[in-house]
Amino acid sequence: MASRESDWEGVRLHVVSGKGGTGKTTVAAALALALAGQGNRTLLVEVEARQGIAQLFDVPPLPYEERKVAVGPGGGDVFALAVDPEGALLEYLDMFYRLGRAGRGLRRLGAIDFATTIAPGMRDVLLTGKVYEAARRKKDGRPVYDAVVLDAPPTGRIARFLGVNAEVAGLAKVGPIRSQADSIMGLLSSPQTAVHLVTLLEEMPVQETCDAVEELTAAGLPVGGVIVNAVRAPLLKQADLTAAAKGKLDRDLVAAGLEAAGVAIRPGVVDALLAEGKDHAARVALEKSGRRTLKGLGLPTYELPLLAEGVDLGGLYALAEQLCRQGAA
Amino acid sequence: MSPAAPRLDLDKAIGDPNTRIVVCCGSGGVGKTTTAAALAVRAAEAGRTVVVLTIDPARRLAQSMGLTALDNTPRVVTGIDTSAGGQLHAMMLDMKRTFDEVVLDHAAPGRAKAILENPFYQSLSSSFAGTQEYMAMEKLGQLRAQGTWDLIIVDTPPSRSALDFLDAPQRLGSFLDGRFIRILMGPARQGSRAYLKALGAGFGAFTGMLTKILGAQVLKDMQTFVAALDTMFGGFRERAETTYRLLQAPGTAFVVVAAPERDALREASYFVERLGEERMPLAGLVLNRVHTSAAPALSAERALVGAETLDESGEHTVAAGLLRLHADLMRLHTREQHLRGRFTAAHPKVPVVDVPAQPGDVHDLAGLRAIGAALAGQIQPSRPDKRKGPPARAG
Repeated sequence: MASRESDWEGVRLHVVSGKGGTGKTTVAAALALALAGQGNRTLLVEVEARQGIAQLFDVPPLPYEERKVAVGPGGGDVFALAVDPEGALLEYLDMFYRLGRAGRGLRRLGAIDFATTIAPGMRDVLLTGKVYEAARRKKDGRPVYDAVVLDAPPTGRIARFLGVNAEVAGLAKVGPIRSQADSIMGLLSSPQTAVHLVTLLEEMPVQETCDAVEELTAAGLPVGGVIVNAVRAPLLKQADLTAAAKGKLDRDLVAAGLEAAGVAIRPGVVDALLAEGKDHAARVALEKSGRRTLKGLGLPTYELPLLAEGVDLGGLYALAEQLCRQGAA
Repeated sequence: MSPAAPRLDLDKAIGDPNTRIVVCCGSGGVGKTTTAAALAVRAAEAGRTVVVLTIDPARRLAQSMGLTALDNTPRVVTGIDTSAGGQLHAMMLDMKRTFDEVVLDHAAPGRAKAILENPFYQSLSSSFAGTQEYMAMEKLGQLRAQGTWDLIIVDTPPSRSALDFLDAPQRLGSFLDGRFIRILMGPARQGSRAYLKALGAGFGAFTGMLTKILGAQVLKDMQTFVAALDTMFGGFRERAETTYRLLQAPGTAFVVVAAPERDALREASYFVERLGEERMPLAGLVLNRVHTSAAPALSAERALVGAETLDESGEHTVAAGLLRLHADLMRLHTREQHLRGRFTAAHPKVPVVDVPAQPGDVHDLAGLRAIGAALAGQIQPSRPDKRKGPPARAG
């Protein structure tokens, strides 16, 4: 179903952020589906313990284990993983230090609790570390996943979350933690990573998107594309929108129209519809100015339609198809 | 239709002189900060002496209250109607400054300097996630102790933090009592050797392992940091516990904020249950951005059939467009009511108040007043700039 070349050839780690409430998890899931072309394997990762992926794909809550959740429209497999900091830490200790038993000893001492919940920042180190491991994992000389999509924290925290390893590198001048932090930062700031921002055509999400682009750029993190979610097509012609905005739609004409449509005209119905038209015109105008602002960012931009009935599995595939068609995958 | 839930009466909550703290919590992007600010304005204009602590307000919302700098000090909000004898202060939390102040207030002068200069402290206090929650609690405790205000309204941090915010004091407590800390402190603190002995490990072996994992220099910085903080631990924990108890006390009201969307309401449910477990006093749910129509009797289906009839005739394109718009609005309304109904069915005793979708973002005090009125269940909010509220969101 490759309709056109992807804008993100060479990107292996897609980080999806956005203001809370913009549909970041939905878009991340759709992107993971879109990237699962023929013979490909993608991994969709969540890190905020919300079990949003399980809800979207309608599967039982995900354990700390990679599980196949869907087959992409292109025929590839989509795996999902919910990372939790404690699981990531124990795995890390075991992998690098073979601390199987000692790791459990550390748990008894409260060191695991300390590291995952109390030591601020450690959480983010562990979560990004696990994402790094999955993105870099190889089997028989070939990457296990062709792409990893991270449903990341919201824009307000994204630069801090992704930059946490630079922070650690500042603390640990040498040693294994330092080299691990350096490797993670290496991947996150390389052209193999793209941080995509999900937004709505509303004032605050658009503003936060602009702020996030600035912050990410300052932190040396690679900004990807802007994905505008929940877009609605205008339902009135431009000339009618202009009239509606001014409250100048012909009331009698609309009343006649409703009559011709066979809609029983109860008192207030015409005025209610005119008011709704006016609101619609105002919203279309706001959306237009939001689009203009986003265009000013000069980033590849994709638009996803609002799913009127809410997001279900079928809707996810429709969104994935859109992302492919527009070149996001 | 959704089962009738009791209506949340926020005027009663903020008007009751026994209510001393209101905590607004919920997932990101549901209008939590705006709700906190609107409640604060309303309470102040009803005659209370209020301070609102915001964590990370949108620029325009901050400006609407005259907050231009993140200076960690409550500032008087001008433009408030003080005829009822009330007053409003507002502040934005500066977590690094709050942390620095705690250190300066509670550590001996020599120690304080060592802590403030430690690289661990510097990154902990300014950039690591999680610190914000601790400091929000600390600031709340400070504002309360200051005694200047008879009502404190708090916004919670924007992460998945509703819960982190609640957990902060207990985590701190378990950190302070943690064996790990004692061992990290090494021979300097009583008992660490005994713990290790009980575990069958030697102290040397343990630090050897930590050195292997962390590197010698990190371990040394960490030990220095912990040792320096040690002197002020007691006071820190005591205040954190006081704040936690304060939150459980009858003078506190938790307001859970959500939008009529699946994820936001799921988080709201989770939070309502969690508050119950912690025996925290819940006032109710604020449901923001609810869509309604002035012609609810015209169903989405009939409007669509009408639009199609007009399409066939090729005439009356405006009326056809308006009917489609109405159909969209009614479908959205139905979906929102369905989600609302699911919440109220699961939590039949939790009072709810609906706030209609607002005209764009709030830019000024008039906008906050309009939301305040809606929060109190009074009238439709006015539409000063004739803008339509946000469209529905996916997922």
